[in-house]
Amino acid sequence: MIPEIGHFALILALVMAIAQATFPLAGALARVPAWSRVVVPAARAQFAFNLLAFGCLTWAFVAQDFSVTYVAQNSNSLLPVLYRISAVWGAHEGSLLLWSLTLSIWTLAVSLFSGSLPEAFRVRVLAVMGAISVGFFLFMLGTSNPFERLIPAAIEGKDLNPLLQDPGLILHPPMLYMGYVGLAVPFSFAIAALIDGRLDPAWTRWTRPWTVIAWVFLTLGITLGSWWAYYELGWGGWWFWDPVENASFMPWLVATALIHSLAVSEQRGAFKAWTVLLAIFAFSLSLLGTFLVRSGVLVSVHAFASDPARGVFILAFLAFVTGSGLALYAWRAHALSGGGRFEFLSRETLLLVNNVLLVVASASVLLGTLYPLLLDAAGIGKISVGPPYFNKVFVPLMLPLLAVLGIGPLTRWKQDKTRRIFVRLRAPLIASVVIGIGFAMATNTQGLVEVIAGVSFALWVTITTLLGVKDRLGRGVASVAGLFRLPRSFAGMTIAHLGAAVAVVGVTLTSSMSTEKDLRFAPGESHELAGFEFRFLGVQEFPGANYTAERGLVEVSRNGNVITQLFPEKRLYVNAQSPMTEAAIDPGLTRDLYVALGEDVGDGAWAIRVYHKPFIRWIWLGGLLMGLGGLLAVTDRRYRIVVRRKQRASLPDLDAGTLAEG
Amino acid sequence: MTPAPRKQRMIFVGVMVVGVAAAVALALLAIGENMLYFFSPTQIKNGEAPQGRTLRVGGLVVPGSVAREAGSLAVHFELTDNRESLPVRYSGILPDLFREGQGIVASGALDPDGLFVAAEVLAKHDENYMPPEVAEALELAKEGGNMPMPHGVLKE
Repeated sequence: MIPEIGHFALILALVMAIAQATFPLAGALARVPAWSRVVVPAARAQFAFNLLAFGCLTWAFVAQDFSVTYVAQNSNSLLPVLYRISAVWGAHEGSLLLWSLTLSIWTLAVSLFSGSLPEAFRVRVLAVMGAISVGFFLFMLGTSNPFERLIPAAIEGKDLNPLLQDPGLILHPPMLYMGYVGLAVPFSFAIAALIDGRLDPAWTRWTRPWTVIAWVFLTLGITLGSWWAYYELGWGGWWFWDPVENASFMPWLVATALIHSLAVSEQRGAFKAWTVLLAIFAFSLSLLGTFLVRSGVLVSVHAFASDPARGVFILAFLAFVTGSGLALYAWRAHALSGGGRFEFLSRETLLLVNNVLLVVASASVLLGTLYPLLLDAAGIGKISVGPPYFNKVFVPLMLPLLAVLGIGPLTRWKQDKTRRIFVRLRAPLIASVVIGIGFAMATNTQGLVEVIAGVSFALWVTITTLLGVKDRLGRGVASVAGLFRLPRSFAGMTIAHLGAAVAVVGVTLTSSMSTEKDLRFAPGESHELAGFEFRFLGVQEFPGANYTAERGLVEVSRNGNVITQLFPEKRLYVNAQSPMTEAAIDPGLTRDLYVALGEDVGDGAWAIRVYHKPFIRWIWLGGLLMGLGGLLAVTDRRYRIVVRRKQRASLPDLDAGTLAEG
Repeated sequence: MTPAPRKQRMIFVGVMVVGVAAAVALALLAIGENMLYFFSPTQIKNGEAPQGRTLRVGGLVVPGSVAREAGSLAVHFELTDNRESLPVRYSGILPDLFREGQGIVASGALDPDGLFVAAEVLAKHDENYMPPEVAEALELAKEGGNMPMPHGVLKE
């Protein structure tokens, strides 16, 4: 009964979404503007029904209703309750339901916090979001219904993929989806602005906080995913340039460009058409990511071709959304052009360079991700494009970006003097290069050039960012209290940029200074790695909730002192009969020690993978700082609702103008 | 607007265009250099694969063929597409789902004796999952056809 209620709720949510998307247009055609008043309640009802559907599916999982196909395929009576809940979004159908729920959460948020927008504009934004919802509800109901019954019911479920039975994976998809789908908000704002045919400073002020929040979720989601891959996949890698990762990274790169270009549009009124274009691209890449991950095209182009319903639907939807967005852009963008002029050396120019680099980087990732698929689809051959391609193309694009990141915030808007910039930046430049070389010499590692470059660029960003803080504080008031009085948006930018520097240190040092070995350990035997001694003390059987494990004991010591004991496991999940490696990690700010059990190689000896990973935590620390910076920035005074309400009162002409138009 | 800034702007646009073009050229060059082609055991037997170049092979692990060298982590096994089989040597830890009869993909290079020295062995995390390349190679071997192959990757 409950699954049927869920199914029915999903249909009602579709009906509400259709009302939300079509009533404003119908009202305009029928010349009954009052019809557009349906939009806000329809959006809220859509959320309510979507939530109900999601609740019903969750109930089916918690109550172990194996008469629902999706539950039977992704759960099991031994599965702990927490993982039964996260199993809701563990596979295709449920993750689509999470997608649509996320979109309806964003829609609800927009409907709640947009009271200060001109009514006609608010209605347009919500209508566009409704149209996107319609697409996803149709997709689910047509091809991927999570509530489909299994007759006869299964006695036992197949179990959730063991890789997903992990705390990191409970949070990762919802975070990522909040980011992915959140990009629908700037997209809808952009489409509404194109329909309006104008884009004023108020538009950027409304759009910016939404975009930054979506970006924050995306940043944290990607960071979480990288951390999960590191400790769960048992390979000790933190980024694989896997198509699934690229699917979330491409929208992140464009969204990063977008938040910077929004800054120019808000402060200087420039780049307006470009900002709108980026908003369209960012969401299109989100949809493309959904297509790549959800259509089965990655598993095999041919599997996709033999069961094309899902893939074709998303592809058509992607073409429709992107195509209509770009067509509207081509038709109306000229109305948005104009705005602040700026000279060659100005913050605008540097932010333009930032945007070009980020967009080109995103395009290069897109090329590497789609190229093998295109060749395969055309029957030309089976190739794969590995990490070497991405590293070779991506890294050279990031270096100038970091260089510009140091200069941009210290450069004045509109016009600056080359000499002034040069004088200010000479000392930081020399300092970062000298310290970078010094650090590389002192650590005496392999990959000297990489280490020097990485550390120098990170220092360059750090020093120049701190210089910016000093400028803001002014002379003599450099105190802790002064730091807390800085505008939130400036403080947020500072923290995010420092986060970028921290991540660069992590990426560089982990990539060039890590040591890793696959070693054969007999019981009692020890091996040395990077100054640490790893002693293997044997393996014991260890029962888990829905698995049995062989648990090894590895004692790590340095200069004869025991530092830690690590317990890597090899698990066998009972129902799926699939083995899983659980690595054991001793984390640290400057280094991780990572031990993973390989296999029993006879005589009680085991193959064991031992890693020393310097500074790897800095990668995720950097991601967290970037997210924190974004959060801080959106709490800036000028975005607060109260402030906006007051501003609304002071902008009567704007509201009246737009209302009359609608 | 004075002519000087306009000239500057043109230079700037020019630099941008050149920069983007360079990035595109770099990307295309890198993609050409770093493409890994996939070969089936039959193709390798027929001498279609270049020697010494990094490539990927795939097939089923022949039951009973997996042997570890005593006292080290080196392992030997054979891969088959049910028509021909290919000896593979790998040193290190095999993935969780590596087992006899399982479809796997390995990347590495052929040595002069026709032994495939694998640097990496991949088995996806699902016991029912067959790597798509392997599935296709098996299908084609059964029909007696060949894998599609891009031009220019024949023997060097």
